[in-house]
Amino acid sequence: MQGKQTIQSIQDLETIQQDYQKRLYYPAGIKVNIGMASCGIAAGAKASFEMAAKELPSGNGTQLCQTGCIGFCEEEPLVEICAAGKPRVIYKHMTEDKICDAITGYEKGEYNKKWILGQLRDPRSLLETEIDNPLADVTPLDDIPFVDEIPFYHKQIKIALRNCGYIDPDSIEEYIARGGYRALLTALSQMEPKEIIATIKESGLRGRGGGGFLTGIKWETCAKQAGERYIICNADEGDPGAYMDRSILEGDPHSILEGMLIAGRAIGSNHGFVYVRHEYPLAVKRLVTAIKQAQDSGLLGNTIAGSDFHFDIKISTGAGAFVCGESTALMASLEGHVGRPRAKYIHTVEKGFRNHPSNLNNVETYANVPVILLKGAAWHAQMGTKNSKGTKVFSLVGKINNTGLVEVPMGISLKEIVFTVGGGIPKKKRFKAVQTGGPSGGCIPEKFLDLPVDYQELATVGSIMGSGGMIVMDQDTCMVDVARYFLDFLKEESCGQCTPCREGIKQMLDILTDICQGTGKDGDIELLEELGDMIQKFSLCGLGTSAPNPVLTTIRYFRDEYEAHIKEKRCPAGVCKALFHYEIDEETCTGCHLCALKCPQEAITGEKKTVHQLDQDKCIKCGICYDACTFDAIVVR
Amino acid sequence: MEEQTSASPDYPGEIDYLELDTIIEEQFGGDKENLIMILQEIQKRYNYLPQATLTYLAAKIDIPISTIFGVGTFYSTFSLEPRGKHIISVCLGTACHVRGAEKVRERLQESLNIKDGQTTEDMLFTLESVRCLGCCSLGPVVRVDDDIHGRITSDMTGTILKSYN
Repeated sequence: MQGKQTIQSIQDLETIQQDYQKRLYYPAGIKVNIGMASCGIAAGAKASFEMAAKELPSGNGTQLCQTGCIGFCEEEPLVEICAAGKPRVIYKHMTEDKICDAITGYEKGEYNKKWILGQLRDPRSLLETEIDNPLADVTPLDDIPFVDEIPFYHKQIKIALRNCGYIDPDSIEEYIARGGYRALLTALSQMEPKEIIATIKESGLRGRGGGGFLTGIKWETCAKQAGERYIICNADEGDPGAYMDRSILEGDPHSILEGMLIAGRAIGSNHGFVYVRHEYPLAVKRLVTAIKQAQDSGLLGNTIAGSDFHFDIKISTGAGAFVCGESTALMASLEGHVGRPRAKYIHTVEKGFRNHPSNLNNVETYANVPVILLKGAAWHAQMGTKNSKGTKVFSLVGKINNTGLVEVPMGISLKEIVFTVGGGIPKKKRFKAVQTGGPSGGCIPEKFLDLPVDYQELATVGSIMGSGGMIVMDQDTCMVDVARYFLDFLKEESCGQCTPCREGIKQMLDILTDICQGTGKDGDIELLEELGDMIQKFSLCGLGTSAPNPVLTTIRYFRDEYEAHIKEKRCPAGVCKALFHYEIDEETCTGCHLCALKCPQEAITGEKKTVHQLDQDKCIKCGICYDACTFDAIVVR
Repeated sequence: MEEQTSASPDYPGEIDYLELDTIIEEQFGGDKENLIMILQEIQKRYNYLPQATLTYLAAKIDIPISTIFGVGTFYSTFSLEPRGKHIISVCLGTACHVRGAEKVRERLQESLNIKDGQTTEDMLFTLESVRCLGCCSLGPVVRVDDDIHGRITSDMTGTILKSYN
């Protein structure tokens, strides 16, 4: 930070931009960017950072920097090493024992191929077209793939995630270097609020939090209301299995602030609120830093960038309630109340927070806004399908080889996401289903894998886009258990004020628990369908009306599994403990003794190199032997 | 006011009302809208929400104690019972679930000899399940205090517990 000089014009931004583009792309000495989002830290990035800091003290030409996550979580900790005139190389699995060797190797021009994910072809963001590719004159490394050629990245287009993993999230200057805050200054100096709204409307941007409502229409309706208006950012990311909002908050917090500022200008609001989960302490910390920096730079507060616009942003932390993702519940919680939704005959854009018109969008939606403003509505609208424009970030998790965050254009098929980007299912197991939309979504079976990802298309098979969780399931996942899991989650999270949701979910859960425990009976499936239909029709809020989706879709596509549980008292996937047992297959057991060593109950016995025996009375079905056996000799019966 | 509530039966130490005042007034402006964040701060300080602090808070920002209990019991973060020195949170998010988080929880319950939500007798560990810590790529995930342990299998739980003993 250089003193208290505030930013007044696009020229001021450009001065910072030029300075910091140099630092980003032509660093003095060797620059090491360590991916330090929560996931990276959990994978060991912090230890790597500390080790590198100890072994390579600053002053000898090596700069250590923290960045967010570039999305390929499977390969974390991820570290990018670069120097002016040299290729930019991304190293994978950079644990503390390897990082120093990787850095000194890079310095000497020795690249250990085994440690390398790939090299960058062009490090610029999509908002930096005015400068040439800094790597244009650099000779690429032989035998090392370009990152954009790797299947995981090949189909991706990074808009919302444009800066994640490429900048220090605690540096407003690096955000500006990559085209940040230019959209805000353009909106303030060259656009009428109506033009901003028209651009967002024409771009076809739809709410990325799950509702899929057209963002431009929402802004327009809110802007028409009288009185004090509020801009709220939903960063309560409650869907289990989705973490794109955390990644943006931790990797590029200024993009959210800029999106909210633009929304404030368009709607005529002066106050913004970010409602963020308390489970994301690092996200809160980085948001606080970003807000302070924006204030110091004159981009938040009074007379922003010398204009008549003033806007402030306050952070509120949630306290662990899934229902607070619902707009009215979120606003109640912001007011300090219990997060119970209300009936929405009056929408929150008319009467929301403090009974004032309130515009609520999700993190990813706001992160898209600055790019759309600079690149234009037509540019955004040309990506995607008829009804769903632009890109969507998915968290590809579960039984998949390349777990991570992917931002792909709308309209891409599920098959491409799971098998090309995601690299298919580990351990040669069979794909069974992909679950989208969190607890409100559904399980999509193999026969619909060619379905293009689009708000409408997903709805036709009983699921939803949701916030972008994509949980891949294989042959070892029991679909009845998955349905039971989601209902158990929703039973806990139901706010309890309307009877269909509170009692209905509990009844459905009881039936599912019976089925999983082997006490299911004829007629249970039909009763589940009947109850599901009732809950969908009569619940008060979105939590209840979508709660039966996981059950209804699994019944629709995996009815045979339900029937196996009820009629044959068998769990084909080997998950429901009462309905299966492990056996050692005499043909395949090699007598390696690994299972016996790992069994916590000492239930497995046998001499080395002879077929082992499993004592069913001692077995607690913990599955440790099943996971440990490399010969598939432990089988589910 | 302090005299009324200082004999708190449920908190073994002393409650520092001056400090409580700083949290309520200086940090959060005594604003009712900040109730959730005030409670989070109190819990951070005492590891749970002692009854006496809630009574004091109710009087201080003029909210009925019933409302505060409503909020304190509605949100899953809050605990009205004293908790252990280390909080073990087993992530039961969907990604962790399909990768065997349930087995991890069972192992932890067995080795600590407590159920989900309970605290060990020596007050060393509290076991809680949480729904998604956002580290889905590392599932199953267990968080102990602020440390996130990823790619946990049920046979690894013993080693993790030992490092906090």
